[in-house]
Amino acid sequence: MNKKRFFKYKNLPVFSLLFLTACIENAPMDSLSPAGPYARQIDDLFWLTFWIAVGVFFIVQGALIFSVFYFRDMPGKPEPKQIHGNNVLELMWTIIPILILAAIAVPTVRTIFDLAREPEGALKIEVIGHQWWFEYKYPDYGITTANVLVIPADTPVRLEMWSNDVLHNYWVPKLNGKRYLVPGQKTYLNLHADSPDEFWAQCGEYCGLSHSKMRGRVLSLNQEDFENWVNNQKLNANKELPEGTLAAEGQQVYLNAGCTQCHVIDGVWDVQGDRIAPNLTHFANRNVFAGAALKNNKENLTKWLANPAEIKPGTFMPNLELTEKEIEALIAYLGTLK
Amino acid sequence: MTKIIEPDKQTNIFRRPSSEYGIWSWITTVDHKKIGIMYGYAAFFFLLIGGLEALVLRIQLAQPDNNFLSAAEYNAMFTMHGTTMVFLAIMPISAAFFNYLLPLQIGARDVAFPRLNALSFWIWVFGGLFLYSTFVFGTAGAPEGGYLAEEVGWLGNAPNGGWFGYQPNAGFKYSPGTAMDYWAIGLQILGISSLVSAFNFIVTILNMRTQGMRLMRMPVFTWMTFAVAFLLAFSLPIIAIALFYVTFDRQFGTTFFLTEGGGDPVLWQHLFWLFGHPEVYILILPAFGIVSEILPTFSRKPLFGYPAIVFAGFGIAFIGFGVWAHHMFASAISPVAQAGFGISTMIIAVPTGVKIFNWLGTIWGGKLNLKTPMLFALGFIGMFVIGGLSGVTHSVVPADTQQTDTYYIVAHFHYVLFGGAMFGIFAGLYYWFPKVWGKMYNETLGQIHFWTMLIGFNLTFGPMHWLGLQGQVRRTWVYAEETNLGFWNLIVSIGAFIIALSILIFMANWMYSKRKGEKAPFDPWDARTIEWTIPSPTPVWNFSKAPHVKALDDFWHAKYDEDEEGRAVRRDSADALLAQLEEEGLNPEEEIELPNPSYYPFVLSSGLPFLGYAVIYKSIPLALIGVVLILVGSFGWATEPLEEEFRSEEEE
Repeated sequence: MNKKRFFKYKNLPVFSLLFLTACIENAPMDSLSPAGPYARQIDDLFWLTFWIAVGVFFIVQGALIFSVFYFRDMPGKPEPKQIHGNNVLELMWTIIPILILAAIAVPTVRTIFDLAREPEGALKIEVIGHQWWFEYKYPDYGITTANVLVIPADTPVRLEMWSNDVLHNYWVPKLNGKRYLVPGQKTYLNLHADSPDEFWAQCGEYCGLSHSKMRGRVLSLNQEDFENWVNNQKLNANKELPEGTLAAEGQQVYLNAGCTQCHVIDGVWDVQGDRIAPNLTHFANRNVFAGAALKNNKENLTKWLANPAEIKPGTFMPNLELTEKEIEALIAYLGTLK
Repeated sequence: MTKIIEPDKQTNIFRRPSSEYGIWSWITTVDHKKIGIMYGYAAFFFLLIGGLEALVLRIQLAQPDNNFLSAAEYNAMFTMHGTTMVFLAIMPISAAFFNYLLPLQIGARDVAFPRLNALSFWIWVFGGLFLYSTFVFGTAGAPEGGYLAEEVGWLGNAPNGGWFGYQPNAGFKYSPGTAMDYWAIGLQILGISSLVSAFNFIVTILNMRTQGMRLMRMPVFTWMTFAVAFLLAFSLPIIAIALFYVTFDRQFGTTFFLTEGGGDPVLWQHLFWLFGHPEVYILILPAFGIVSEILPTFSRKPLFGYPAIVFAGFGIAFIGFGVWAHHMFASAISPVAQAGFGISTMIIAVPTGVKIFNWLGTIWGGKLNLKTPMLFALGFIGMFVIGGLSGVTHSVVPADTQQTDTYYIVAHFHYVLFGGAMFGIFAGLYYWFPKVWGKMYNETLGQIHFWTMLIGFNLTFGPMHWLGLQGQVRRTWVYAEETNLGFWNLIVSIGAFIIALSILIFMANWMYSKRKGEKAPFDPWDARTIEWTIPSPTPVWNFSKAPHVKALDDFWHAKYDEDEEGRAVRRDSADALLAQLEEEGLNPEEEIELPNPSYYPFVLSSGLPFLGYAVIYKSIPLALIGVVLILVGSFGWATEPLEEEFRSEEEE
């Protein structure tokens, strides 16, 4: 966690609350540690509202608790005065809240329009929701990838989003609020990361059986790394693997076991048209897979390939009844897809 | 009484039922009190089921990456928890209060249409049973083309599209099987029930008030019932239409919400929340009413700013129709719509604030008698304020785009609907317990119930604010260990079991006190409204003679005067008045005409589930059974004679 930011003045009371509540450290989905201008704008607005709410909270609860102790029935207490109301008081507690809310409304409306505006010089990326993973396309570079969104740091990014099936909701808490992905409509969301870092993403809207495992990662890279990444992504996979290696065997499994029905590997099996599953051309470059529900390692891949529905109930990836040897070969092959 | 109509011999087969005891007396009753009690027990039963579903959810979430439930089971459980609590627990418990109290508070013998009242109860019962029969007959599974590693099991075969049923996920393609049909048609049937009672209550309040009971002398609970009836009448048709669309999409191939057929999934969101937001006020306004009765009684002061509280209630009800899209700030709506609905949401906080400050004004300077109903009413204020304030943070649209679909929202609406509505309901259950059963509840157990519930409640829902802000999304079957949310989820789960414990204490108190409690005087709280002028338990005929109301809080003013300082002074005549009321209440002078029981509300409503099954299974025979039952019910209803016609014939 970013220490400098954590000890900011406005976090002080929260800090004491954290102390009381044995704080959640390193929560990767923390919406209160913004890492970019959009999230920060929202964060500022939240704290403004929060402190006003805290003020009202103490006034009301204070009056309530005071009344309970001070006005409770005790022996010898006289009957109370029969007060039916007080127009001045009642007007006051109508007008004062209106003024407070108006004070909140002004920055709220301004921020709404600020966040919706398309930033100048933004990189355009398309986000497509599937049950249960996010697909990313970079129209400027002709790149298609999944699960891990790679963006340049300190540069605004404009996401153009839609869904391929049901409603989804794209959320990178440290970079911005949520926005739905709707079938047949386009929605937009801006992201902007201050510095190179890795962020967690998650589908917010309930989207069926494996909604909770529809996750994602956002990787922000400095300009040079990002350009290298783009150039690498443009490359096709190598079809000609040295014969007799495990990876070459794995490639045969990929081509013959049924994987090609849904998965594209550019340069190896790149039919035209959309496929319903993630593009695997640079699979080994992604640190997570299966809707970012699993870390990309041998153990997880073995589990996943043995029976995907075990991990993600309802998944569209069938159990291909692969043998242990085939799985091992496939994993070796996937490891070469850098 | 003695009007003589020659009874048509042919109608003798439709002779009215006359059981006064046993199961038939309950099935055929049209007495608003009996119907109210049945509503209460049935709704409490569903509350327990909904609570069990919540406990199961909390066991699953107590640890990260837990495997106690499968995804299918978890999704079904949260769908049924929400649906049950809204439609089968809180709404009908409120209906129990409306039924029992409304006629008593306005000095009436019964509601305007007693048989219609029975009808709405039985439709609700059959709707609830129909919905829950999904556990026996329903089927659910993976979306078309998806795979499951294991059978979904009987729990997983319940509806699983969420209580909000977002399309197209809850459509036939992504939720195959019949479970979501049970959900859609079940809610449709329950909606009929609410519509029927809405009109019944509106007519009752407008027409059945006793002499002198002007509108601005009505108790606030009656006012809130009135507001809720209007909310029901205007909001339920919207969900009825939307549910018809869903059923047509699922059963008959229409494409109202399917993009590939030119439909729009966002349309469902608009329709659902255009109903769903007024629904929130349908759930909370009755509690506002209950608390507005209890605070003055136990503070021994009149309600502070009665007209303001009444108008604020109606203000909330009215503006409540203009804020629905704040459930959709992250959805496909424009910035202009976001700004508009953000501001309207802020506006609705104003009348809500007025109510809270007026309640504080009521207890301020009073002489607070901290009995269980008062504790719950004060707890209501404290908890509801927290829910209201977190609500204001949602109206700040950009902040809401971080909060929506997270546990922060779950925390918010449980503070409103549990800390608000349920605390209000418990306050009311204790407050009117003596009037209903003629016994006093056990005060010690009541206080223990309050404190365990208050602690359990805050332990459960307080940390959820934090969990949501730390990124725990709603409706999540599992959460990753790396999110570091495990500790607080465990605390939340422990809190849920403390709530369960408090409910057990409540039930023990209820069952014990109902049988063995001390005998209740008819005015145990030195109360203010006219339902306390009659004996406890309420006699079948309610009032021996129609009361004549001269003021707001009429009963209080009959007992108390004010001295020069404005302090309450008990009138010398008060004791004599109470003795006289008790004597009169038990011994009516004139013969009292009561509405006759009837079989037909039960018969008519029993046809509706058959129609539901007929739609799901495309079965003509089932449809015929349903239609026949409804026709027999309606025809019998229309032609059954009044019992006293026979009586007068016999008398002659």
